[in-house]
Amino acid sequence: MPTETMNGAQLLLRALTDQGVDTVFGYPGGAVLPIYDELFKQNSIRHILVRQEGGAVHAAEGYARSTGKTGVVLVTSGPGATNAVTGLTDALMDSIPIVCLTGQVPTHLIGNDAFQEADTTGITRPCTKHNYLVKSVNDVSRVVHEAFYVAKSGRPGPVVIDLPKDVLFAQGPYTPPPAAGKEHKNYRPRVKGDAHAIEQAVALMAKAKKPVFYCGGGVVNSGPRAAALLTELVKLTGFPITLTLMGLGAYPASDKQFLGMLGMHGLYEANWAMHDCDVMICIGARFDDRVTGRLDAFSPKSKKIHVDIDPSSINKNVRVDIPIVGDCGLVLEDMLKAWKAQKAQPDKKALGEWWRQIGEWRARNCLAYKPSKETVKPQFALERLYHHIKDKDFYVTTEVGQHQMWAAQFLKFEQPNRWMTSGGLGTMGYGLPAALGVQIAHPDALVIDVAGEASILMNIQEMSTIAQYRLPVKVFILNNEYMGMVRQWQELLHGGRYAESYMESLPDFVKLAEAFGAVGLRAEKPGDVDGLIREMIKVKKPVIADVRVDKAENCFPMIPSGKAHYEMILGDEAGKPGEQKVSEEGMVLV
Amino acid sequence: MSKDQKTIRHTFSVLTDNEPGVAARIIGLFSGRGYNIDSMTVAEVDPEKNLSRFTIVTTGTEMVLEQIRHQLERLVSSRAVKDLTADGPHLERELALIKVAGKDAKRIEALRLADVFRARVVDSSLESFVFEVTGSTEKVNAFINLMKELGIVEIARTGVAAMSRGAKGM
Ligand SMILES: Cc1cc2nc3c(=O)[nH]c(=O)nc-3n(C[C@H](O)[C@H](O)[C@H](O)COP(=O)(O)OP(=O)(O)OC[C@H]3O[C@@H](n4cnc5c(N)ncnc54)[C@H](O)[C@@H]3O)c2cc1C
Ligand SMILES: Cc1ncc(C[n+]2csc(CCOP(=O)(O)OP(=O)(O)O)c2C)c(N)n1
Ligand SMILES: [Mg+2]
Repeated sequence: MPTETMNGAQLLLRALTDQGVDTVFGYPGGAVLPIYDELFKQNSIRHILVRQEGGAVHAAEGYARSTGKTGVVLVTSGPGATNAVTGLTDALMDSIPIVCLTGQVPTHLIGNDAFQEADTTGITRPCTKHNYLVKSVNDVSRVVHEAFYVAKSGRPGPVVIDLPKDVLFAQGPYTPPPAAGKEHKNYRPRVKGDAHAIEQAVALMAKAKKPVFYCGGGVVNSGPRAAALLTELVKLTGFPITLTLMGLGAYPASDKQFLGMLGMHGLYEANWAMHDCDVMICIGARFDDRVTGRLDAFSPKSKKIHVDIDPSSINKNVRVDIPIVGDCGLVLEDMLKAWKAQKAQPDKKALGEWWRQIGEWRARNCLAYKPSKETVKPQFALERLYHHIKDKDFYVTTEVGQHQMWAAQFLKFEQPNRWMTSGGLGTMGYGLPAALGVQIAHPDALVIDVAGEASILMNIQEMSTIAQYRLPVKVFILNNEYMGMVRQWQELLHGGRYAESYMESLPDFVKLAEAFGAVGLRAEKPGDVDGLIREMIKVKKPVIADVRVDKAENCFPMIPSGKAHYEMILGDEAGKPGEQKVSEEGMVLV
Repeated sequence: MSKDQKTIRHTFSVLTDNEPGVAARIIGLFSGRGYNIDSMTVAEVDPEKNLSRFTIVTTGTEMVLEQIRHQLERLVSSRAVKDLTADGPHLERELALIKVAGKDAKRIEALRLADVFRARVVDSSLESFVFEVTGSTEKVNAFINLMKELGIVEIARTGVAAMSRGAKGM
């Protein structure tokens, strides 16, 4: 029987289809025209035309994070590929599985400074988990299958496949997806935790007097089952739990054992519990500097258990006592088994005392803010937003800044995959394209981008994509006319000199919405907010809601850079503008 | 100095797929994360299995060295990583070519010293020799230091190649 041959572009689409791909976010150009020609001739893969390649990657990230699938991107050579770099770096930092197909000049021109040539594999080597330059048509389908495996297995991340144009035209054979266990000749990350270490960990947990679970994005990466197992273990032990920004939704936020987010803008009770605990159970979180604060003062009294699929995350910033390499889902399953097998009985009396102490911290009511009758407080706007969406099927993305932190503090997520934010890279402009990607995956859900007026302008062109595909995305702008987060730092660190952080010449967001065929809404007074939100949810069209909020509000609690958890500043204790709160050592940190 | 601050020298062996860009990945990993490369050598060692072997000499704190090992292991192209220094007795060898120019007594002295170091003469003219010396980094350094007095023109060194002692492979 003759082997089936096809051209490179056909091989590519066939491999994508066999990988279960139904959606590609992309933008055409000369080098990828053969692929677009094949896309034109088929119906199984839907192409979403973004307005800038950076938007394509964030859209794919939103799609991936909200579905658990791998996001797929298609861009042309040269500027198409370089525009994708920020999104790739974002996906790398936040462990999001992406396969990004980039066009390349034909192989015989590589290295000649040809038109729209860029050294894509060179440029993306440090911002991808892995990348490929496919030099022969015989490798196209094999490489695609391998790339999907690499993007998704172990610690997920972005993978680039660079495809020279002549390879797309050449004829070659198709290789079907390999059998399980044969996806890669040697890349096989460890997923099952060491049984002995798990027993030790459980024994340590059973003896704990002041334990705390500290969990993160790894639980979300592992999948909904890991979140369910985590919830079961937390319930079974009766221990408190805190989540990172990336982990929100991995444990139901409304549950009384949840202490809220921890870290730089985390809750008082969460940070104090981390500081005072005697046993820390870290699952799928990476001891980021936003979380630990000053390292030499980080949780000094605790024994630490760390479960992570990536051995390089363990002992990177903080030394731990019991490292467990494995997938959180599988390890949690084994932990539950071990806990039950050991008939572990937590120290009820000590735990009671620990919860009493936590109750005192909670009573500090660290998210309290001064309500106002004249101006809309951003916290108030989010409280009202949450009130109106909480019983709906909702997804939230954010941009980067104060509004992002307030959203993390004031919106509650009961399930994983509902909260999409740029944590590691902190990419302004992430939220709008990400929301677009989420809405494509969940056409009937309520998808909201909580935005700042500065960030939203970074990828505002994606409103046009939203219009084209009639996506009812809601952009909820907390418009403080400042790069608020920058202004807050300038207030704290630079004597209140607000260099270049005021947002001059903002567009009229209502008219801007209309120009994009969306609905524009505005709220200027606290009394307008409920009506605006109701209308925003009601209309079956995209909306830009311009909520004019207090320009001077700062986000608290805050652990200034280089400070320890116990040096957290609270809203009602914050100094006057210009009062130096940060040491010189702290100043150099970001 | 505490355990976490003292820097030590370690030699790693890394077996990788022999494919374009692997060296760039490893060098990029070291430069991007601010690790030191004291020396790095690489060559294909198994054409059938398409394997290359890197020997990397680096310095860092214990925590950094642990990171380096894990970072090397997590490269998709890497097959096996061994911290030779941590894993027990091992051998390190490098080769150097040293061109020495001089006349009369200096020339004779150079030959005599080369003999002591078991360096071979691989090229000679009336005014010069090229010596080939193999050994540990310390031995090569010592030989070069002595030759400095006798008119070194240029030096080329391969960097360290290393493997563990005993019957077992990587
Ligand atoms: C303005 C701003 C302020 C911020 N403030 C805060 C703050 O106050 N608090 C806060 O928490 N963050 C904050 N962040 C985010 C912060 O920068 C980090 O992105 C975040 O803390 C990292 O979350 P994480 O530890 O859950 O790790 P992630 O980046 O989600 O990494 C996941 C970890 O889990 C591992 N993993 C992945 N998959 C699996 C699996 N299947 N099984 C096991 N392990 C797995 C990975 O190897 C990795 O170590 C802020 C960001 C910005 C932009
Ligand atoms: C691409 C990019 N450039 C710069 C920054 C630095 N930065 C962090 S927050 C911020 C201001 C964000 O302003 P806005 O979107 O209005 O949000 P606010 O803080 O006012 O809520 C800036 C400039 C960034 N995170 N990303
Ligand atoms: Mg703003």
